[in-house]
Amino acid sequence: MKYDIRKLRLISNEKIADGIYDMRLEYGDGEIPVACGQFAHVYVPGKSLRRPISVCDARGGELRLVYQVKGEGTKIMSQMKAEETVDVLAPLGNGFNIEKGRRYALIGGGIGVPPMLYTAAKCENPLVITGFRNESLVILQDDFVKAGAELLLCTDDGTAGKKGFVTDLIRENIGRVDEVCACGPTPMLKAIAQVCREFGKPCQISLEERMACGIGACLVCAVKVRKNGEEIMQHVCKNGPVFNAEEVVF
Amino acid sequence: MADLSVKVAGVSFNNPLIAASGTFGFGREYGEFYPLSKLGGISCKGITLKRRDGNPPPRIAETPSGILNAVGLQNPGVDVFIQDDLPWLKQQGTVVIANIAGNTVEEYCMMAEKLSETDTDMIELNISCPNVKSGGVQFGTSCESVGNITKEVRAHCKKPLIVKLSPNVTDIASIAQAAEAEGADAVSMINTLTGMKIDINTRRPIIHNNTGGLSGAAVFPVAVRMVWQVSNAIKIPIIGMGGITTWEDAVEMLIAGATALQIGTVLFSDPYAPIKIAEGVNKFLDDNNISSVTELTGTVRPW
Repeated sequence: MKYDIRKLRLISNEKIADGIYDMRLEYGDGEIPVACGQFAHVYVPGKSLRRPISVCDARGGELRLVYQVKGEGTKIMSQMKAEETVDVLAPLGNGFNIEKGRRYALIGGGIGVPPMLYTAAKCENPLVITGFRNESLVILQDDFVKAGAELLLCTDDGTAGKKGFVTDLIRENIGRVDEVCACGPTPMLKAIAQVCREFGKPCQISLEERMACGIGACLVCAVKVRKNGEEIMQHVCKNGPVFNAEEVVF
Repeated sequence: MADLSVKVAGVSFNNPLIAASGTFGFGREYGEFYPLSKLGGISCKGITLKRRDGNPPPRIAETPSGILNAVGLQNPGVDVFIQDDLPWLKQQGTVVIANIAGNTVEEYCMMAEKLSETDTDMIELNISCPNVKSGGVQFGTSCESVGNITKEVRAHCKKPLIVKLSPNVTDIASIAQAAEAEGADAVSMINTLTGMKIDINTRRPIIHNNTGGLSGAAVFPVAVRMVWQVSNAIKIPIIGMGGITTWEDAVEMLIAGATALQIGTVLFSDPYAPIKIAEGVNKFLDDNNISSVTELTGTVRPW
């Protein structure tokens, strides 16, 4: 059986920035079979739908989920306490394809930053570009440095790091990398895909869509992609969340 | 261990728990959780004559104790289903129900003919999908149109025919009677109730289709009421569905008048729900010295 639902012990669930929480779950012995960019589908007591949260880290026997409180479900998640058990369906989806011998730029915007941490841990000397609206939302900077990344930071208003957008930083630095991986708001991903196209660099992007089953059965999390010249509907949960940017019809 | 097997229109089910159309795809994904033979049956994702890409996203919104969806019948088309999915499904040791939807009565008939030549166990006529512009629920909301489409498809269908009823009607019992009168072997009910959710900040509906079909625990009492009303009006069996979440819900739906059950929305939070519900129903039967689940059907004692 390919899919696995586990009841994991909650180690900690701390607020790390304005509306952003860091949930650590004890997975058990051995390496967690999660690829970077995959997601976990978290059961929220009392809600009809699980909440899909990208895996921030999976090293050291801990499954780490960094998430933003956006609605009722994530609010309930933020109130979960240490020692509670959390019902998690993971790993799901297809993550980033990281090859040896290539230098990657890993770009995260806002709550798109967390999946880039485990991705950075899987890359050799990655260039990590993180962007946030303002200083109060900045997360995971120390973690990226510890993971051995070259780290750049920008905020929309200049309250932390450079003032500007991640698209400016990737444009300045794209000559130093072979390939780009990105996660964040759709307009950001669209702009990054455009820069990559301009410079002829491959680009993988992680998408988000309202989701139900998480495994490709219910077909709600649709995304339009172009395959062999034809536009078709694929699904973020099963075909993604990571897609080749060239194939996504924005 | 009580006998959980049921018969609907001559087709035997190992247990009364059937995966509901639209929530279970063609079974392959949930087959990665447990053997599909643990289910009584699978009602496949609604199929159409030609491939459909469905509605633009977002296609789902969560609501109190339920969800709204408007997938819009995304599916690869009946020919692909017959060629690629049906042979695999038939090896899984469970009853296979093909759910069909058309833009016209003729399309329904063509699909029924194609499927009649396969080893599909049953055909479920989807005349209750609220999320497509043409077809779907337009056939399901008057006695005349339900009677007409049932009659036409019946003439082209060699398989047991289930008519899936819409709750978005004034008098569901008379619609069920119209289906029965024109040759339906069973009815399944209820499809989703049309609903809407608006983001108060953007003032846009969450769902791109603006409206969607409400399912989940929120609709359960409506489904029970309608199954009860219909069971008083027709003799053919009812496959009850609409928000069944626990084994207690399943027992209640059977008592209201259902012979078998479909399980949908709860799968999204708990993929194992049908198996847990079957176990719970079994224990209830044992605890009450009831030897067969069929003994529950329609045993409500109304005031």
